[in-house]
Amino acid sequence: MTVLLINIFLVSMMVVIAVLVLRTRRLFAAIVMAGAYSLISAAMFVNLDAVDVAFTEAAVGAGISTVLLLAAMARLPAEEKEGRVQVALPLLICLIAGGMLVVAVFSLPPFGAPDAVVHLHVAPRYLAESNDVLHIPNVVTTVLASYRGFDTLGETIVIFAAGLGVLLLLAGRTRDAAEDDRREEEGE
Amino acid sequence: MKSNPVFRTTTKILFAPIILYGLYVQFHGDFGPGGGFQAGVIIAAAFILYGIVFGLKDVKKVAPPGIVAVLMAVGVMIYGGVGVASLILGGAYLNYSVLAHDMAHGQHYGILLVELGVGVTVTSVMLGLYYAFAGFNGAGRGDDG
Repeated sequence: MTVLLINIFLVSMMVVIAVLVLRTRRLFAAIVMAGAYSLISAAMFVNLDAVDVAFTEAAVGAGISTVLLLAAMARLPAEEKEGRVQVALPLLICLIAGGMLVVAVFSLPPFGAPDAVVHLHVAPRYLAESNDVLHIPNVVTTVLASYRGFDTLGETIVIFAAGLGVLLLLAGRTRDAAEDDRREEEGE
Repeated sequence: MKSNPVFRTTTKILFAPIILYGLYVQFHGDFGPGGGFQAGVIIAAAFILYGIVFGLKDVKKVAPPGIVAVLMAVGVMIYGGVGVASLILGGAYLNYSVLAHDMAHGQHYGILLVELGVGVTVTSVMLGLYYAFAGFNGAGRGDDG
């Protein structure tokens, strides 16, 4: 019951923040509020016993993303431009997609149900083996790094590729700029 | 922000504990919540905090961008290297059980090493992203992270 009440409180805070983010035109306020949104969703993950996810959400969503967005914002004007916004079509798409999600929620198994399909396939083996055979109490780590090692290798490569892409796009000097520098040095 | 003594002192006091906490999260992932992804972000956050307070130029002295860029690849190579090592020792790719005399120890070593690889890559990518965004628009505008 307490968990439910806390979750309702957290979700309503998230809705309030989301509306505020949509309504503000000041980019700084929007970014800071988006950080708060992440932090609240991290609290909700803790409440749902997904501590590893909460950890990541707090560190990446509330921490690094906020800093990166602020750093990017330093290159932009402080206020969002007033523009003509189309409402009808996006609203329709949101309502249809949201409605489909709500319908889908009702066909999900109850939260934490032990007889849900996803918990009957390989999960029992992971749960039984991780602590007793491998002596690693945190099953999340075992699944992530061992049973699903290929996935995590792929994720690491994705992160690497993303970092490489950003470095090439933003930190790389253009050929013209390098040429200008060279000319300046020769001129001196 | 460099001139504000509160920011300066707090950053100096917090810098080492944040990294220590990151290492704890990194190497304690087997037993508590955490692992390479989270630890990498926490360690990168320590450097980014330093960069925000003391400026991009100073943090680039602590963690040079060249080394950060190399470490991005090193992490992936550690991870992939564990797979190659298990191949050489006669197992399947990324089958850690062959890394030690018995299965449980092998899994422990394997998980520790791949998490280290993940941590190294995530730390350096996050830091590289911060450098790229904060220092965007050329080498001369570096001090306004």
